[in-house]
Amino acid sequence: MIAAAVVALLITLALTLIRAFLGPSIYDQILAVNSFGTKTVLLIVVGGHALDWFSYVDIALMYALVNFVGTLAVMRFFEQYKPEGEQSS
Amino acid sequence: MIISFLSDICLLLGGFFTLTGALGLLRFPNFYSRLHAASVTESLAAPLLITGVILDTGLTLDSAKLVLIILIMVIANPTITHALCRAAAHGGVNPEMRLKSSEKKQSQTDTELSSKESK
Repeated sequence: MIAAAVVALLITLALTLIRAFLGPSIYDQILAVNSFGTKTVLLIVVGGHALDWFSYVDIALMYALVNFVGTLAVMRFFEQYKPEGEQSS
Repeated sequence: MIISFLSDICLLLGGFFTLTGALGLLRFPNFYSRLHAASVTESLAAPLLITGVILDTGLTLDSAKLVLIILIMVIANPTITHALCRAAAHGGVNPEMRLKSSEKKQSQTDTELSSKESK
């Protein structure tokens, strides 16, 4: 069952990355990157437990905090400064 | 045995909800509906998956840290969603206020919106 969860998380990461690349506005991209980070934390937890990594929980904890602060920082920046060319691709 | 069964159920449900959220994030037409799909499923799927891992590890220091991760995610995800929604509303992404909308009109407004945004 834990393998099924890992496979579901990997598919989720791929779909989220597609949205992050082709999101029409900058907010879509921020949302997709934040979702990608959260799913990465979940992948570290589930996969680390499945593969018996050493102290994977600390890494997941760190990653959750860094993801939260990083997303908030990028979002506060784009709340005040409008991007010049919104279409990234 | 019951605990491992519960853990399996939690892991399966969590995987299903993450998959549903990613599909919604990829397929929904609007920014706000995408935000809804991503945030709601995320705040349900993350505690389910981590609860499955907690039930599998048992009572150790690791499970206490996993509970801490759940708390952080439950606090951080709605905060990020709220702030991102406010930033988008201030940044000029308008929600569609129409009740009935055919596919054609919606695609037209979408192209208009994207052209307006690209300016």
